[in-house]
Amino acid sequence: MIGLTHYLVVGAILFVLGVLGIFINRKNVIIILMAIELILLAVNINLVAFSAYLGDLVGQVFSMFVLTVAAGEAAIGLAILVIYFRGRGTIAVDDVNRMKG
Amino acid sequence: MNHDFASSLTLIAPELVLTGAGLILLVWAAFFGDRHATGISIAAVAALAAAAALTSLAPADGGDIFAGLASSDAFSTFAHVLIYFAAAVAIIIAPRFFRAHTPGGHGLMRAEYPILIVFAALGMGLMVSATDLMTLYVGLEMNSLAAYVLASFIRTDTRSAEAGLKYFVLGALASGILLYGMSLLYGFSGTTGFAGIAAAMDADFSGGLVFGLVFVLAGLAFKISAVPFHMWTPDVYEGAPTPVTAFFASAPKVAAMALTVRVCIEAFGPTTFDWQQIVIFLALASTILGAVGAIGQRNIKRLLAYSSINNVGFALVGLAAGSQAGVAATMSYMAVYVVMTLGSFLCVLQLRDANGAYVEDIARMAGLGKARPGLVAALAIFMFSLAGIPPLFGFWPKFLVFDAAVRADLLPLAAIAAVSSVISAFYYLKVIKTMYFDEAGDDAPDWDRASHPVESGLIGFTAAIVSPLGYLAIPALAFVSGNAALALFP
Repeated sequence: MIGLTHYLVVGAILFVLGVLGIFINRKNVIIILMAIELILLAVNINLVAFSAYLGDLVGQVFSMFVLTVAAGEAAIGLAILVIYFRGRGTIAVDDVNRMKG
Repeated sequence: MNHDFASSLTLIAPELVLTGAGLILLVWAAFFGDRHATGISIAAVAALAAAAALTSLAPADGGDIFAGLASSDAFSTFAHVLIYFAAAVAIIIAPRFFRAHTPGGHGLMRAEYPILIVFAALGMGLMVSATDLMTLYVGLEMNSLAAYVLASFIRTDTRSAEAGLKYFVLGALASGILLYGMSLLYGFSGTTGFAGIAAAMDADFSGGLVFGLVFVLAGLAFKISAVPFHMWTPDVYEGAPTPVTAFFASAPKVAAMALTVRVCIEAFGPTTFDWQQIVIFLALASTILGAVGAIGQRNIKRLLAYSSINNVGFALVGLAAGSQAGVAATMSYMAVYVVMTLGSFLCVLQLRDANGAYVEDIARMAGLGKARPGLVAALAIFMFSLAGIPPLFGFWPKFLVFDAAVRADLLPLAAIAAVSSVISAFYYLKVIKTMYFDEAGDDAPDWDRASHPVESGLIGFTAAIVSPLGYLAIPALAFVSGNAALALFP
C-alpha cells in the first residue's frame, strides 16, 4: 500500500535533485531552469499528497498557484537567458563571471 | 458573508488601485510606446501616492481580509507607506539615467519601467499584509518576477543581463526552498493560515514543523540577503541599472523584512526560543560579513551592497529580541534605513562625467569634494548616518535595536554587532576620505557639474531627514512603529 510517506520521500528526492542540479551543474543555464522546475514539482507532490491525506482542498488550490507562478517564472527565465545569450554568445555557467563573486 | 466581502474590498483598496493602475498603464504603454514614458511615469507615481493615501486612511484595526488570507493593521500600513514611498522615488530618479544609456544620450526611457515598479509594489504590499502562506507566496512572486526583469532592464549591457540571470537563478532557488518549507508547514499543521500554524506549533512542535520553519526562514533570509544567503547581492547590485539598485536596496528589503517579522511573530510565535537562535545567527553573520566584506570593494555600488547586508543584520538584531520593543525597533530601523540608502543611491546617480557616463569606481572619485562640494557633503551625511555616528539620525534606530537586544538578555549579540558597526565605519570613512582629501589622479573624470532640480531636491529632503533635524520626527516615528509592533502582539 502506497501511503503519505512514499509521496513525501519522492518529493524530498526530487527537491534534493533540483538543488544539486543548480549547484553541481557546470555546463549550461538551461539545465538550471530544469532544476528549478524540478524543485517546484517536488513541492507540488508534497502539497497534493498532504491535501489528499488531510482531506483538505487548500493544498490542491495552492499547487495550482505554484503551477501558474512556475509558468511565469520559466517564461521570464528564458527571456533573460535570451538577452544574455545575445550579449555574450554563450550560456555556459562557467562564463557567467563578468562580475566577480 | 456579503458584508465581509465588501469590507474586505475596502480594506484591500490600495492593492486594487495598484492593480487597476498597472493594467491601464500597461495598455497605455502598449498603444503609445516609449514616447509616453514620462506621462506613464507620472501616472504611476500618482497611483502609488493614491495607494499610500488609501492605506493610511484605512482604519488601524481593520482586521481580516477575505477570511484570514490577509490582514490590514497598523503593521501593514507602516510597511505599505514605506514601500510606496521607495517605489515612487525609484520611478522619479530613473528617466535621466536611462536617457544616458541610449545611443546619443538623448533617447527615451522605456515605458515598461514604471509599470514593473507598480506591479512589484503591488506584490510587496501583499507580502506585508499576508496572514496566509498562499497570499505570502503570490505576493513574493509578484515582486520577484518584476524584480528579475528590472535587474536585466538594460538589454544591451551584458553586466545588466548577467545581474538579471544571477538574480533569477538564486531568487528562484530561494522561492523553491521557501515553498518546500511551506508545504511541510501545511502538511504538519493542516492549514496555511498563520494563526492555525501557530496553534499547531503550540500543541506539538515536532519533526515536520521544525523542518518547515528552518526552510521558510532560509528562504526569507535569501530575500532579505542575510548572510549566509547573501552571495547574490553584490553582483546583482553592481550589474543592475543604478535606479533599479536603489529600488532593490530599499522597498523589497522593507517588504521582506516586514514579512519575516510577521511570519516569525504571528506564525512561529509559540516557538520564539527556537527561531530566535536562527535569527541571532543570521544577525551576527550579516553584521560581521557585511562590515568585513565591504572593506576591499572598489565599486561604490558593491560597497553599498555590503552596507545593505550589514544594515539588514542590525535590523535582525531587533527581531532577535523577539519582543514587542524589538519589533518596533526593527521597523524604525527599516524606515530610517530606507531614507539613508535612497539618499546614498541618489548621490551615486549624480556621479557622472561631462560625457554623461556614470562613474562607479571609488578610486576615480578622488578630488570630487572640490568639484561637487554640496553633493559630497550630502553623501558624507548619508555615509556617517549609515555608520550610525551619533549626531546623525542613523544612530537612533541602531540604539533602539541594541536596547531591545540588551533588554532581552542578548548582551553578547548587541556587543558583537556594535563592534561590527565600528568596523563598518572604517569603509564609510574611507570613501569620504577619498572624496575630500585624496588628490585627483590622471584618470579623474571631468565631472558633470549640472544638478537636476528634482533629484537635488530629493537629496536635500533625504539629507534633512537623516541630519540631526530627524530627531524632531522621533515622537511620530516611535508612535507609529510602536503601534505597528502592537498589531502583531495581541
